[in-house]
Amino acid sequence: MIATLLSEAWQAMLSNRLRTFLTALGITIGVAAVVLMVSIGQGTQQKVIGSINSMGANLLIVNSASSRSGGVRSGMGGIPTLTLGDVAAIRELPPTLYASPISTGFVQLVYGPNNWNSYALGVNAEYLELRDWEIEQGRGLSESDINSATRVAVLGQKVVDNLFGDEDPIGQVVRVKNLPFTVIGVLSKKGQSMDGRDQDDSIIVPITTAQRQLLGGPFRSSVSMIMVKAENAEGLNALERQISALLRQRHHIRENAENDFGVTNMTSVAETASEVTGMLSLLLGAIASISLFVGGIGIMNIMLVSVTERTREIGIRMAIGADRRTILTQFLLESIIITVTGGVIGILIGVGLAQVVGQVAAIPVSITAQPIVLAFGVSVAVGVFFGLYPARKASLLRPIEALRYQ
Amino acid sequence: MPPVIQLDALTKDYLTDAGAVAVLKGISLKVAKGEFVAVMGPSGSGKSTLMNILGCLDIPCGGHYLLNATDIGTLPEPELARLRGQVIGFVFQGFNLLPRMSLGNNVALPLVYQRIGKAERLARATDLLGQVGLGHLVASLPTRISGGQQQRVAIARALVTRPSLILADEPTGNLDSHTGREIMELFQRINRDQHITIVLVTHDMSVARYAQRLVYLKDGLLAYDGAVADFHGVEA
Repeated sequence: MIATLLSEAWQAMLSNRLRTFLTALGITIGVAAVVLMVSIGQGTQQKVIGSINSMGANLLIVNSASSRSGGVRSGMGGIPTLTLGDVAAIRELPPTLYASPISTGFVQLVYGPNNWNSYALGVNAEYLELRDWEIEQGRGLSESDINSATRVAVLGQKVVDNLFGDEDPIGQVVRVKNLPFTVIGVLSKKGQSMDGRDQDDSIIVPITTAQRQLLGGPFRSSVSMIMVKAENAEGLNALERQISALLRQRHHIRENAENDFGVTNMTSVAETASEVTGMLSLLLGAIASISLFVGGIGIMNIMLVSVTERTREIGIRMAIGADRRTILTQFLLESIIITVTGGVIGILIGVGLAQVVGQVAAIPVSITAQPIVLAFGVSVAVGVFFGLYPARKASLLRPIEALRYQ
Repeated sequence: MPPVIQLDALTKDYLTDAGAVAVLKGISLKVAKGEFVAVMGPSGSGKSTLMNILGCLDIPCGGHYLLNATDIGTLPEPELARLRGQVIGFVFQGFNLLPRMSLGNNVALPLVYQRIGKAERLARATDLLGQVGLGHLVASLPTRISGGQQQRVAIARALVTRPSLILADEPTGNLDSHTGREIMELFQRINRDQHITIVLVTHDMSVARYAQRLVYLKDGLLAYDGAVADFHGVEA
């Protein structure tokens, strides 16, 4: 019987094409808005989380803290207080899997007729493993490179493209700040970092070489940052505490004095970022849902008109044997058909718009099944919710009064 | 065999702004299977109310209505709907076909509510449209045919569930006299050939003559109940 009622409901919709179209349009716009907004929200979320995760998992970052000289405070890392000795000591803590110093600076690279400005990272042999960053060609830095401060470099993809083109860079000599460095390896692609920097535009050199020959300023023996990877997520918080205690001891900080360093837990940063962008998704979705709700009210309005218009028809159907439940089902199916049709079209439009927005406006969008399934479910629910009252009203008509209705 | 219709001291009141108005004041009546009864009476005499109760569209306030020995006063709404669909066939003055549906589907509609399969629905509808002389118009819409044809379709619809009782409320009221005669001959044939009980309301004596028995209502009471041929009017 449902099949017959469905086809009847479909006929009823078709007999009032313009009205059905306009009513469904409200739902179409609402669903399209929800799909589009959630896609944008999720795209943003994925982009943020992706760039945090591209740093590697279970990471702690130790920075030199702000220092105070007279009344003037410098920002984080203002005076480098961290040393290679600190790195070695942190490396000895049990939960530490890897630890690497990082010193950075921009350098000019020259190879043959080409030159390029890139971001130099002075690190140790563990850095690439710590970052889950693979070598695509050649090899990474070795312990002996660090110990003897050799002039070797591992290049990012973008540097290779700009200096070498199609040529094989391994074994070639590039001039970095006018010093010759032998290229020993090429990094795999990594993409954007959290601060929006292109990580493929990097050159990796031994920390010792960087300190002594490339980036050394007034604080030659210091490092600007230490990156530490814990063995697992559970050890992360313990490691954070242990590093604080260790560095306070090593830096001779008195009991009530402030740390001269800061420890950032990248997992909690990721969690916060994920929470914030998740909230953004939710907010965008909520705003879009308002239009879906308004569409639902449109359905209810039209269904109420339809019930009034068809009072006599309802009376006839009751006289020839339709019970209340059948009448209820019939009108409910009509509103569900409107919302599902509107919803499916809305999903198509929403997905299409999301793709256009992603390409034209360069806004990150992520089209997943979740908002689509959700939007479909919601449009069925809207049909049931807003169709129920008019359908119930129809089913509760008294047959004789409905038959008398002119 | 119990009578198709048995009314015992049936009453019906309506609440109006002026208070309760008694429309039926105690009607007792039996209609046996295969009878053809015409109900007459001036307007306001309670004919329509009586038909609504007979058709299970309304329930009495007092007394009993036994339809095929079932007291309908005690039945819940879904049961009443089932009786309307299976036991009773309605024919209205205004035909009451659904304008958007083909004649075939209009006739088959009561079978939808009895969960009868599509193929059988269509076969039965086509057969009945053939019986009322409209077999060639199965796919037409009600708006494309004449009033007399529409009433034939309505009669086919009333017959499609093979009911034991047909209730007709002024079935010729909207038709010219020639077409009205054809419709009444159709009723007579159905009554005679299929032994279906027919109760028909009319204000036209020439229509009532197609029935065997006449029930005359006046002020909510039975003023006459007997053979049509013996009826010579009631005193004012």
